[in-house]
Amino acid sequence: MKTFKSGGVHPPENKISQSAAIEVLPVPETVTIPISQHLGVPANPVVKKGDSVKAGQLIAKGEAFISANVHASVSGTVQKIDEVADSSGYRKKAIVIKVEGDEWEEGIDLSKDLVKDITLSPKEIVTRINEKGIVGMGGATFPSHVKMMVPEGKKADYLIINGVECEPYLTSDHRLMLEKAEEMLVGIRIQMRALGVEKAIIGIENNKPDAIEHIRSLLSDYPGISVEPLKVKYPQGAEKQLIKALLNREVPSGKLPIEVGCVVHNVGTSVAVYEAAQKNKPLVERVVTVTGKGLKSPSNFLVRIGTPVSALIEAAGGIPEDTGKLVNGGPMMGKALTDINTPVTKGTSGILLFPEQEAHRKPVHNCIRCGRCAGICPMGLEPYLLAVLAGNKKFEDCEDENIMDCMECGSCLYICPSGRPLLDQIRTGKSEVGKIMRARHK
Amino acid sequence: MFSIFARITTQESKTHDFFHSLTKQKQVNEITLISVISLGSLGTIAAIILYMVAQKFKVIEDPRIDIVEEKLPGANCGGCGYAGCRALAEEIVRKESLDGINCPPGGNEVMAEIATALGLETTEQEPTIAVVRCSGSKENAPPKVKYEGDMTCAFSHSLFSGEGGCPSGCLGYGDCVASCDFDAMYMNDVTGLPIVKENCVSCGACVKACPRNIIEIRKRGKKDRRIFVSCINVEKGGVARKNCKVACIGCGKCVKECKFDAIIFENNLAYIDFNKCTLCRKCPPVCPTNAIHELNFPPKKPRPENKTEPAKAE
Amino acid sequence: MNILTVSGSPHVYTEESVSKIMYGVVLSLIPAALVSFYFFGLAAIMVTITAVASCMFFEYIIQRYLIKGPVTIFDGSAVITGVLLAFIVPANLPLWMVVIGSLVSIGMAKMTFGGLGKNVFNPALVGRVFLMISFPVEMNMYPKPTSFSTQLTDIVTGPTPLAMVKEGVAQGEKVSDILPEIPEYANLLMGNMGGSVGEISAIAIILGGIYMLIKKYITWEIPAAYIGSVFVLAGILWLIDPTYYVDPFFHLITGGLMLGAIYMATDMVTSPMSRWGMIVYGIGCGFLTIVIRVFGAYPEGVAFAILIMNAFVPLINRGFKPKRFGEEVKNG
Repeated sequence: MKTFKSGGVHPPENKISQSAAIEVLPVPETVTIPISQHLGVPANPVVKKGDSVKAGQLIAKGEAFISANVHASVSGTVQKIDEVADSSGYRKKAIVIKVEGDEWEEGIDLSKDLVKDITLSPKEIVTRINEKGIVGMGGATFPSHVKMMVPEGKKADYLIINGVECEPYLTSDHRLMLEKAEEMLVGIRIQMRALGVEKAIIGIENNKPDAIEHIRSLLSDYPGISVEPLKVKYPQGAEKQLIKALLNREVPSGKLPIEVGCVVHNVGTSVAVYEAAQKNKPLVERVVTVTGKGLKSPSNFLVRIGTPVSALIEAAGGIPEDTGKLVNGGPMMGKALTDINTPVTKGTSGILLFPEQEAHRKPVHNCIRCGRCAGICPMGLEPYLLAVLAGNKKFEDCEDENIMDCMECGSCLYICPSGRPLLDQIRTGKSEVGKIMRARHK
Repeated sequence: MFSIFARITTQESKTHDFFHSLTKQKQVNEITLISVISLGSLGTIAAIILYMVAQKFKVIEDPRIDIVEEKLPGANCGGCGYAGCRALAEEIVRKESLDGINCPPGGNEVMAEIATALGLETTEQEPTIAVVRCSGSKENAPPKVKYEGDMTCAFSHSLFSGEGGCPSGCLGYGDCVASCDFDAMYMNDVTGLPIVKENCVSCGACVKACPRNIIEIRKRGKKDRRIFVSCINVEKGGVARKNCKVACIGCGKCVKECKFDAIIFENNLAYIDFNKCTLCRKCPPVCPTNAIHELNFPPKKPRPENKTEPAKAE
Repeated sequence: MNILTVSGSPHVYTEESVSKIMYGVVLSLIPAALVSFYFFGLAAIMVTITAVASCMFFEYIIQRYLIKGPVTIFDGSAVITGVLLAFIVPANLPLWMVVIGSLVSIGMAKMTFGGLGKNVFNPALVGRVFLMISFPVEMNMYPKPTSFSTQLTDIVTGPTPLAMVKEGVAQGEKVSDILPEIPEYANLLMGNMGGSVGEISAIAIILGGIYMLIKKYITWEIPAAYIGSVFVLAGILWLIDPTYYVDPFFHLITGGLMLGAIYMATDMVTSPMSRWGMIVYGIGCGFLTIVIRVFGAYPEGVAFAILIMNAFVPLINRGFKPKRFGEEVKNG
């Protein structure tokens, strides 16, 4: 079975919500939609306070190249456009909508019928993806239309669909592959047409045999698509590791996957692409896993963007008494929440609740130079060294040691027996090195 | 077999014997002589090589650089903007003027000394000091979450808004204290805020170290008296106040009170311009949140409100 | 609800910890300890207990009163240093010397560098070498193995097989003449020979090594490179002249090679980080061991070889980096 060769860890999978079918979460009373839910330049609001909006209506326009449109996920009145604390506690601009009814913008097909025929031309597909505000749903939230535009002089020959879901706990992609497999496959065909590639591979880790089976049984209708089971290993869902695992191609340091002829999209993105292209539906809802060991009923919800996290937890049985940490995303790369009322965004793949005894870092000891961090670093870096250099503010040396190759997968901090804050220090180093590099370019 | 045992146990003493017998013999004189000659000649050759190399690679420098460097404090703090004291000395000698050059730790005395040594002129600079513009102590801005991980301000600033919730408040992990080369700062364990001691030379290292630009170099003031707004939060009043009891809420009362146009008000935040401030002490009493601090003034006639003791420089 | 904790990702951590690893290593030393208790009896037990106790004691004293920092004597690292130190001295070594060795190990080789993880040299080996140089007579009097001896002193002593060979060859005897005086290889494997407390039984040590490999406390690179290079080098010498040079198997199962290769050279703190670095380090250790054993003044070279290679570790770490992802472009 295929996997990437060097590095990687295998944290306990804890996929406790994997058999919970996707439930549609009721529309909340108010939604808070940040104008920056994607990587890149924030979108500009095109509505103002007091406007009434319909679900699916454009409310903020992404005008820069790397930006994405934002749509109303509910119908109602714009209560305010204000700075609202995001998951990190910093205040960012967001549009708050008071929900009234559930009316959708015209032209959006809300029926569940599968539309298989692809009528749009490649160019139209990219435009549609741009218009409908689709971003990478795996968590990185990179605007998808940018990925669809192959730079001049480069040629893509493979579309790779990331169904790995290597993060422990999370099951939203798994459920999507089981429940919306056909939509996803049509979405993949659309993306293949847009990119002009003949082959697409869906990489799925073999801890989801039902998903592999299910998709394989449908493949006969979708030429060019194949499914590849992968050995369970974190971080296989990282673009570069996934390409390495599937095709044994190595994306050069500092380059994008297109360098080796690949474009990588998430399964959630493929479903969103299907909805945008075939149903004219913008990205206004997504599947979110709400899980945790103390939670009454770990679930997968189809949630409108902007719904407060507290509503999701309430629907999953309420917040357990001894909750010590809330995480937005997976346990390896997710962000800890400072407030339970932060909204769900396009990149929220899961909400994780950790009981108090699992909420804390391990006590920090001296580095015993066991070398495990260097052994498991999927990028072949030496985290112990980078952390020491960054901690001592030797940022030039950090750069020489290729600190910028680090993708912050967190394997080093996971594996460290001394509980050292390796990734924390590396992140500081990365941001400082980034500053130095930008200053040099000016 | 026993013979081997015996041989082994005496192995060590045998080596001893060897050296012993050596010293007994006449060879000793010969050996001494050889070592003296060989080591002596080796040393001579090395000395000649070193001398030649030193001559060949001799760097001719302006002797004044050494003079200037001697006068500088030698802390290499970088407060002057140059890479160290030597770099500053080179720059002064190269420019042959002291315009725009200031050695914060040395102060006016050092600058005057350099000026006389080089026959240049220097302008008196007002002494300055680092000021921490945040009073978000654990009591004033109670922690809402608990932070764990790398205990540096740099990282926690990039991660979240801080335990107290204020996005511009002091994080309290002491990057500034760690950056201070002059032992002029320490963390107050009770408030969780840094404190600048009077021996601060205003080199500016802490200003650079603070990811939130809380620390500012301000005029020391006559008799070390200073008045400043101890908050840099630009959020709206209500929001700022929710996180911190002593935040500047942007009410603008101080601006109206000030007769010297010394208070600049923008982005919901008041800022006292230390060049214009006359230390008249009119503004601190009007601040509803006690965000304006006055330091080292004699106690005023008792005021009705009980002003919190400024947690800043003593 | 509790106050929420905020920290950078990741939010799950391995169950492994420093003390778990350390006590795991101690656990893996039990077979070797049992063998030595069997052959050297009470004396071996006394030496081991003394070494462990005094290592922990000195670490406590230094951390509590000299450094005035946190006391970490129960993290297991002092225990390991103690056990390993005991394992590489003769069982009949006077106990006060063991205490001095512990002081050197903990005080000089470990705490002066800043404690756990910061030492350059393996503490136990430093302690042993210190004792070897300071008390050469006592450190070269190895008790003869018996079964369950309760004697502490006046044990029959004799040389280790390595010393027998070395001395014999130096006296001009042929290897083939010396070997009959040495126990059978099977006996050597089991540990029935003169030697330090814990180094005698290759089998017990290999057992412990396998346990550590399974538990991932060590990786295969260093032991394999070390043992392999000793075998190859000794083999080459043996092929050149079997009358002077003893066969490679003899080198593997006698002396401290197994203990050194599996426990000392693999010490996490003082060994290289990257795979190729470890291999180079292991080969270096093997080369030096053979050079010292065959050509040097001492019959045993493991301790010196490892200490010398310890000094090269920072250099090896600089020179042998792990292969970076995306460093060389190859498309398959």
